[in-house]
Amino acid sequence: MTKELLFDFTVDKAAKTVYITREFDAGLSLVWDAFTKQELLDQWVAPAPYVAKTKYMNFEVGGKRFYAMVGPDGQEAWSIQKYTSITPKTNFKLFNAFADKDENPQLPGSEWDYNFSEQNGITTVSITIYNESFERMERLLEGFKEGFTATLKNLENLLATLSQK
Amino acid sequence: MALIALQAMTPNAIAENFNTTRQAVSKHLRILTECELVKQEYQGRKIYYSLEIEKMKEIDKWLSQFRKIWQTRFNQLDKVLSTIKKQKK
Repeated sequence: MTKELLFDFTVDKAAKTVYITREFDAGLSLVWDAFTKQELLDQWVAPAPYVAKTKYMNFEVGGKRFYAMVGPDGQEAWSIQKYTSITPKTNFKLFNAFADKDENPQLPGSEWDYNFSEQNGITTVSITIYNESFERMERLLEGFKEGFTATLKNLENLLATLSQK
Repeated sequence: MALIALQAMTPNAIAENFNTTRQAVSKHLRILTECELVKQEYQGRKIYYSLEIEKMKEIDKWLSQFRKIWQTRFNQLDKVLSTIKKQKK
């Protein structure tokens, strides 16, 4: 496995959108399963030292996945995802919102769009995440300096102003 | 931003580098100042603007942390995928 696998991560603050592209050294079917099957998702989706715990997952349009990221101290951060569109082995979309342990979503949330394609045994996954609010994205990062959200919000407004020109 | 990263400049000097007016530049600078990404220094009647390097670093740091989470995630997925591929053989 000498080939360098592509990883691209860009943030468009004005559009409140994150673009992620990554190649995987595996076939399309397997990579699709890794993103759409509970038992596989739970093995990788939480960045260590966090672990993912899926309470239930119905991968179908209108179906939901309710899961938690469990920290080393046992603290659980719940999220709920609703699948809004599925084109097998090509694309799926979902709406993600943080939630409490009783499945009450905390809006606003984010819209995720996943695209899959395979070439010469390498599968490329492109993810677009649109956040309704930038603070929400900020919450994904633990322990980051308070008040910085305000700065980002300002920057976001600024970029929006500049991009209108 | 790249311009004032190198040296403190007045709005006039900045405007000369772009196809825009001093007023437009001043407006942008005012917003940047409110965000604390740019600082002002008065020298006589002139205002010089320079970049708050530390603030920009904070933004970079914030983004790089976010990027790192995804990197960690995907490295984990690489392992899962290679394990499954081996099991199938």
